[in-house]
Amino acid sequence: MTAAEAVLAIMWVGLTTYALFGGADFGAGFWDLLAGGTERGRAPRRLIEHSIGPVWEANHVWLIFVLVVLWTSFPPAFAAIASTLYIPLTLAALGMIARGAAFAFRHSTDQLAFQRLFGASFAFSSVTTPFFLGTIAGAVASGRVPPGIAAGDVITSWLNPTSMLGGVIAVGACAYLAAVYLCSDAQQHHDLSLLAYFRARAIVIALLLGGIALVGIAVLRADAPQLFNGLISRGLPLILASVAAGIGSILLLARRRPGLARVAGALAVTAVIWGWAVAQYPYLLQPELTVQAAAAPETTLRAMLISLVVGAALVVPSLVFLFTLFQRSHSETSQTAKH
Amino acid sequence: MEALGMSEILALAVPSDLFPARMQMALSLGWHIVVACFGVGFPAMVVFAEWRSHPRGGKDSDKDMDALAHTWAKAMGVLFAVGAVSGTILSFEMGMLWPGLMARFGQIYGFPFTLEGFAFFIESIFVGVYLYGWNRLPPRIHLLSGLPMIAAGVAGAFFVVAANGWMNTPTGFEIRNGQVVNTDPWAAMFNPSTASQSVHMILAAVMVTGFGVASVYAVGMLRGRSDRYHRIGLLVPLTVAAVAAPIQIGVGDWIANVVAKYQPGKLAAMEGLYQSGTGVPLSMGGIYVDDRLVGAIEIPYGLSLLIHHDPNGFVAGLDRVPPGLRPPVNVTHLSYNVMVSIGFALLGLAAWLAWAWWRRRDIPRTPWFLRAVALSGLAAVVALEAGWVATEVGRQPWIVYEIQLTRDAVSTAPGLRFGFYLVLAVYIVLTVMTAYVLRRLTGAHEASIAPQEPELEEQRVGGGT
Ligand code: HDD
Ligand code: HEM
Ligand code: HEM
Repeated sequence: MTAAEAVLAIMWVGLTTYALFGGADFGAGFWDLLAGGTERGRAPRRLIEHSIGPVWEANHVWLIFVLVVLWTSFPPAFAAIASTLYIPLTLAALGMIARGAAFAFRHSTDQLAFQRLFGASFAFSSVTTPFFLGTIAGAVASGRVPPGIAAGDVITSWLNPTSMLGGVIAVGACAYLAAVYLCSDAQQHHDLSLLAYFRARAIVIALLLGGIALVGIAVLRADAPQLFNGLISRGLPLILASVAAGIGSILLLARRRPGLARVAGALAVTAVIWGWAVAQYPYLLQPELTVQAAAAPETTLRAMLISLVVGAALVVPSLVFLFTLFQRSHSETSQTAKH
Repeated sequence: MEALGMSEILALAVPSDLFPARMQMALSLGWHIVVACFGVGFPAMVVFAEWRSHPRGGKDSDKDMDALAHTWAKAMGVLFAVGAVSGTILSFEMGMLWPGLMARFGQIYGFPFTLEGFAFFIESIFVGVYLYGWNRLPPRIHLLSGLPMIAAGVAGAFFVVAANGWMNTPTGFEIRNGQVVNTDPWAAMFNPSTASQSVHMILAAVMVTGFGVASVYAVGMLRGRSDRYHRIGLLVPLTVAAVAAPIQIGVGDWIANVVAKYQPGKLAAMEGLYQSGTGVPLSMGGIYVDDRLVGAIEIPYGLSLLIHHDPNGFVAGLDRVPPGLRPPVNVTHLSYNVMVSIGFALLGLAAWLAWAWWRRRDIPRTPWFLRAVALSGLAAVVALEAGWVATEVGRQPWIVYEIQLTRDAVSTAPGLRFGFYLVLAVYIVLTVMTAYVLRRLTGAHEASIAPQEPELEEQRVGGGT
């Protein structure tokens, strides 16, 4: 493995983590949006809010991590992606602002109008942001971002079948992850009605995602043949693993094992993300720019690897500390607030 | 087909988006930096207040200190969340607006940003631990969990400013046949500007936080609330800022010397100096027209003295810089003057406090003192912005000093300026909201306000009451 591949792999771990944690946060907003009127939506909204809590920012920094590693280690790829896709990036950024601001300010007002406004912008931007991030993934995956500065078409690069597919799948995957996680949260709270509520939704969204993926096969075949070929050859084991894990998570949910379903759900999403990487390898930007060609010089990559290792040694235990603190008091409050 | 036509139209309508791109960058940075200062300066103040509030030496816990610690922690939490959001946009903009910079130099320039990423990661984790864990961790452990938060905030500021310092004094690479070779990201990070700039910035963050928080309590006291809570709310942050103020002036001298040595053209613009020479006066104010500064107040030999500590020292002027490569002088000169004047005014305020304290162990009695403190927060923010404008505009037309022109780095994507309008609108809304929420904080230290805090039973979002 070259230094460039090692850095890329670490970056991809970061992207996966962002999808699993940040994605579930987005998905929680999706369910918030669909929870219905004030009265009807109260119980699920409470669980949703409870589950995001103090870990939101930490989940969000994974995206920053991916960006800085990309721009330092593969500068031409970052410049090409950010300049050609500046429109969906700006729109995703606006979604992040709206979402972050609503989240930051959510506790701060008791006026109903403001609460509604914050609630609505939180929910709405939770759907638009992953959608635009998904269109970006679709643009890169279908080879519509040529190397060079703003060398691609700023409109059609992300308004195309593969990008739309990417957007829809991103929103769906976030919603699916969130629903599965929320099932296991509801179980920790011993709240059977909420467990049933999110279980039904998790199963529906998983089936929907399966259907979209079937349509997606046709879309990719026509619109992104190079990616398609990679997916059905080298990427195939991972895609099959994703399907298996997805089905597994549905079965586990049906058998009331939300804890295990959560693991299976996370595996299903992870396998797709790595399937994409394997299918596209060795290209960062299809069909021209390879990983090696885009990579920064050895000196930079070595400095990156050192700082990634040291950084991980500091960040990972801290994250574990935060999550255990959160989980522990989470289950304590659910013991006392059992209803 | 149709969409292609659309981008062509956009390209026709907008020949160059350099100016909107600069304005978008300046707006986002200028906004982020104010909030970010609190991320650097607040943690230490909050932890100090919590530490003083703990029961000690047989005495009960200090209720006022405890209330202050809680209020400040909430403000810190809200500002931290807002800072995280505005910082994320910045990292998008580096690529959306300046792909030419990132494509060529990301391999060097990007490295401190990676370390910064880790620092913010740790800061955001421990801000979460600190706020969420307040009543869930044993007091000592809770206090200790504040330390990584303090360290990470300062470290993050160091790394970011190191990146900026590299744009001013690029090192750690060679250019051969137009190719960037022999990159050394460590050398790039410790470029000649890093030390002075980062110390200056961290002190500025301490001053903005200290004067800023003190000014809130000064307003309260002017409105007649002069209980102990308000008095220590004023005194603790004001003392911190007052200690930083004189140091900042010394560091200002240091940083000016570094600029004179490595970026003489920028120093000339900051001073509004055209004619190179010895025994150069220091000029304040005035307008620069036709290579002359009109209407400035001059202190003979001042500049030579400041730069070389010698009345006959030689100072290079803008005449040494080819006309096409001179920075905009008026903006640079005036912002520089504003920063320095405010620096001395704040030093005066600090001296006033020190004098009164030395004489009577109390703050000065006159309401003019409180009025001055009430203004000092805003003044520190203005000095901060002015300093950055002088730094960034004074570097023009270079994005990487004497290596890459800003116009060669800007994105050529059509329609870039619409992004600027959108971002402008969003920041206006964000400003109003942040101000509203922070106002609610005064006098509401029981409620759970920061997003990282555990929620109280009666509060919930979107659910109504
Ligand atoms: C509270 C804020 C504050 C105060 C009171 C001062 N400064 Fe400052 N100054 C800044 C905040 C700042 C800053 C944080 O905005 C800058 C922008 C870039 C940097 O590293 O620090 C800066 C930059 C900056 C630069 C340009 C550095 C460069 O281009 O690389 C110089 C020469 C000075 N300062 C000098 C001074 C002097 C002589 C001061 C004394 C009165 C002073 N500053 C007070
Ligand atoms: C570490 C921090 C910073 C970095 C890395 C940075 C980087 C940049 C970059 C890449 C540009 C665009 C290129 C150029 O115009 O030269 C820019 C421009 C600018 N920045 Fe900064 N900046 C930083 C801090 C700030 C802050 C805090 C302010 C506060 C106001 C600021 C004000 C500006 C302004 C006014 C411009 C436009 C200059 C012009 O085009 O005339 N910068 N900066
Ligand atoms: C002198 C300039 C800067 C200082 C002192 C500074 C400081 C900080 C601090 C302390 C934070 C933590 C959040 C907070 O407390 O508000 C933060 C967040 C952030 N900043 Fe800046 N910043 C500066 C400039 C920049 C620039 C130029 C960029 C990117 C191009 C940037 C990107 C970010 C990002 C991505 C975050 C979010 C990290 C998170 O989610 O925790 N900052 N900044």
